[in-house]
Amino acid sequence: MDTKVINVQADFPILNQQVNDERLVYLDNAATAQKPLVVTESLDKFYHTDNANVHRGVHTLAERATAAYEAARSKVKNFINANEAAEVIFTKGTTDGLNMLASTYGEQNIHEGDEIVISIMEHHSNLIPWQQLAIRKHATLKYIGLTAEGELDLVDAAAKITNRTKIVSIAHASNVMGTINPIKELANLAHEVGAIIIVDGAQAIPHIAVDVQKLDVDFYAFSGHKMMGPTGIGVLYGKHELLDQMNPYQFGGEMIDFVYQQKSTWTQLPWKFEAGTQNIAGAIGLGTAVDYLTDIGMESVAQHEQQIVDYLLPKLVADDAIEVYGPKNPQKHSGVIAFNLKGIHPHDLATALDMEGVAVRAGHHCAQPLMEYLGVVATARASFYLYNTKEDVDSFLNALTETKEFFNHGTSKAK
Amino acid sequence: MGLAKLNNLYREVILDHSDHPHHKGQLAVDDVSNEITLKNPTCGDVINLEIKLSTDDIIENIGFTGDGCTISQSSASMMTDAVLGKSKDDALKMAKTFSDMVMGKQHAQADLDELDDAAILSSIVSFPARIKCATLAWWALQRALLNQNESGKDNVKSS
Repeated sequence: MDTKVINVQADFPILNQQVNDERLVYLDNAATAQKPLVVTESLDKFYHTDNANVHRGVHTLAERATAAYEAARSKVKNFINANEAAEVIFTKGTTDGLNMLASTYGEQNIHEGDEIVISIMEHHSNLIPWQQLAIRKHATLKYIGLTAEGELDLVDAAAKITNRTKIVSIAHASNVMGTINPIKELANLAHEVGAIIIVDGAQAIPHIAVDVQKLDVDFYAFSGHKMMGPTGIGVLYGKHELLDQMNPYQFGGEMIDFVYQQKSTWTQLPWKFEAGTQNIAGAIGLGTAVDYLTDIGMESVAQHEQQIVDYLLPKLVADDAIEVYGPKNPQKHSGVIAFNLKGIHPHDLATALDMEGVAVRAGHHCAQPLMEYLGVVATARASFYLYNTKEDVDSFLNALTETKEFFNHGTSKAK
Repeated sequence: MGLAKLNNLYREVILDHSDHPHHKGQLAVDDVSNEITLKNPTCGDVINLEIKLSTDDIIENIGFTGDGCTISQSSASMMTDAVLGKSKDDALKMAKTFSDMVMGKQHAQADLDELDDAAILSSIVSFPARIKCATLAWWALQRALLNQNESGKDNVKSS
């Protein structure tokens, strides 16, 4: 594996530390990514020199803060190739964006007997909002299944999406299966029956180039913190005409046009959906993260991660003691790898790996219906990002071997 | 380095309990006086605990089923060993001792001795992410004995 594609470890001070007396190997990037210095410095700069509320004051700091906040919106607009900046709504994160859609577009457009189609691999944040909406409206929630290889089943998708379908909401990339879903094809299926398509982009946008116009999606929600921005900031992209038809999500300052005693009118996009003081510093930090990723280039990011998967996945698949979930072909697998060591509960495995300095996730990954579908209680999950190296992969493989030995031979040998 | 530290947690006795759990299985239906199913929502672990209380509130029989990690399975095994034959009040007191112990609170040595093998899990204090795994069985015991089995409330709260 050639790790010269990206060499950015020095930009991430957090990675340069010992955990449990071992070099930290951070492989929990699907949960949250580490932040480069430029991102935390941009937060410092904002709070140290420009801090003020936006779109309110006429003083100099207010102007600077407003300009920086709106510049961040433009950076996001360019990053996802939205048609205009007004289509970029700042949210708290993916969950917030998806809940906003269920509470606005969903409340307005879903009626008794309508269908909402999601997939069995959805994260709870793209499942429960639709499940609860379906319950409220007496609508039907349908699930697209997986192929034997663990990919989204397009044949099943074509069967599940019908003339009664009003919303199709699908993850762009799975947070468990390590698959990238065929969003363009799903958008076509949805649009053919007059439905809209919503995409949970949380696990895709940090890792691959996303063009919302090329994908022809109606809405695309993602989080800042998984793409090296701060926590508590995210984005909901929506097509202008759809956002325009939607009622506001929350009411308050900033989102109004004029308020009378008995009625109010709403301001234009995107501020109609940004009631109250927003996470201004968070948006600016996200803008810096977008710059950072753009400088490196999303093609390079994707290429770097593919090299890691090409190197690691075949080794895991070839090991009889390891069960890998999702596609076994590295070309079809993202840098999110869910697996189990046979006979060892993932919690025990994660504790053991942590003692070796390797941070992985263990649990149901907020995808309980998928766990049930796969017939497992929980899995371990290693997830990679652009700052991970071949050395990290080797440390991870060594820690796996040591963990196997530890649990196979008990503790007596080490005593 | 590294895994050697795990010995503090995964001592032989713990691995032995998880490999060969005691009182794993269901009681005869007519024997069950108290029962509960608890889930640990962070990992999906489930424990079902069945207890036979005598008319004078002595734990005459106890059994558990469910899936879980080494810590939760061995804790359940050690818990059933410790409370079998004890009165309901004594068992509740032990559950409190165990809960205090894993949170790092001091307790009289006599109380810890009561816990038998389960006292070994005091080392869980240095593995905060795993405390819930250890306490699940004792939570189940407490809730089953107090008949707190209402649906919708039977989840262990995430810390």
